[in-house]
Amino acid sequence: MKILIVGGGMAGTILANNLARRLHGELRSGKVKLTMLSASDKHMYQPGLLYLALGRMTPDELYRDQAGLLEPGIAFFVDPVEEFQLDQNRVKTKSGTVFDYDILVIATGSRAAPELIPGLAENSETFYTEESAVKMFRKLQAFQGGRVVIAMGVPHKCPMAPLEITFMLHDYFKDRGIRDKVQLHYTYPIGRVHTLENVAKWAAPEFERLGITSETLFNIKEVDGAAKVVKSEEGSEAPYDLLISIPAHRGMEVIEKNKLGAGGWIPTHRHQLTMEGRKNVYVIGDTTNLPISKAGSTAHFEAEALGENIAAIVKLGSPVRDYDGKVFCFIEAGKDRATYAMFDYQNPPDPKAPTKAVHWFKMAYNKLYWVSARGLL
Amino acid sequence: MPEKKVIDARGSFCPGPLMELIGWIKLAGIGDELEVLSTDKGSAADIPEWIRKVGHELIGVTEEAGVWHVTVKKTK
Repeated sequence: MKILIVGGGMAGTILANNLARRLHGELRSGKVKLTMLSASDKHMYQPGLLYLALGRMTPDELYRDQAGLLEPGIAFFVDPVEEFQLDQNRVKTKSGTVFDYDILVIATGSRAAPELIPGLAENSETFYTEESAVKMFRKLQAFQGGRVVIAMGVPHKCPMAPLEITFMLHDYFKDRGIRDKVQLHYTYPIGRVHTLENVAKWAAPEFERLGITSETLFNIKEVDGAAKVVKSEEGSEAPYDLLISIPAHRGMEVIEKNKLGAGGWIPTHRHQLTMEGRKNVYVIGDTTNLPISKAGSTAHFEAEALGENIAAIVKLGSPVRDYDGKVFCFIEAGKDRATYAMFDYQNPPDPKAPTKAVHWFKMAYNKLYWVSARGLL
Repeated sequence: MPEKKVIDARGSFCPGPLMELIGWIKLAGIGDELEVLSTDKGSAADIPEWIRKVGHELIGVTEEAGVWHVTVKKTK
């Protein structure tokens, strides 16, 4: 049986390693062949970009060689897919190579797309690539005071990032001794400060306590860089001296080009993780159209469920479990306190008061991630 | 030709039904209808509120077996 994983990010890597362990014997005997195709020979720990933007991590800490993260037995090629020929059970790569499969997993991820909003890319700082996070760090270092506006597009990767960057900026400016010269103004697309009601109930009074102003029902329409104003779809305007944006995301272009899903999001069964209309094509990570967080933990839990199911298909002929929508997100509440939100399709989160212990666990996880990617944690 | 799309946001706590709609409405064409399925009764109020504020059209809100169906039309 040929299992082909397209995408070497968190979802694809955890799945590949999970399967390599579960199917160790089958890989050794040649009964199963496991192949990964990726666009890069490097693997980035994307949550680290938040810390990079604030000078608390350096670029080299974000990367490992992808090949070094993979279990023996996984055939790995840096050769991105350009054509998905699903009716023929095969893909064609940039090099022109054709890979056929019995089971295909698509985990190509998503990308920030600031170009979708007029003026956003040129006039805001963001932290969704190494280059932009380093640029934001330098901009923050040079900033001596004024009005900082945080604004975001929808959907965006890591729904906790807007809150985290806001709380962390508060401490960043406080540590520099210029918090009294900085007005932090947080905007949010819906009618409360976070989409998770319980998180919003905690964050709103925190904002008030820390002197952070907020404005809800604010969806970025355009940025006027000359006037230094962000305009919203709802008709309001937010003047800024420094604009921090969390751009709307899109799935990868190859998904749209192959007409697998509008916006690059592939229609996916919420429990089985199959692509709609396809029995042997699975989708995990940011690439799905599922109404759950585009976050590393989502990718992680989907990959674990799918790993168990694909191994069961090989060994028993059918999957054995459903993905239940599980997500776990840390929430940094400043430079040294954090909480978390855990939820699934049935159960809402109930975040507790932030503690130093959870923050230090998050700091530890920033290192433990590499164990997680190897499928060990 | 206007299309009709169903956004199945049942069980969505994060990003939640309204955020799902905001994301998908940007990908829709003018005249398209989007029907949001939500298990959060708050959607019956917060989706119409946002639709009114940005100037799209609310087609209807119904509830069936604990699932709210909120249908909107993209007008601009």
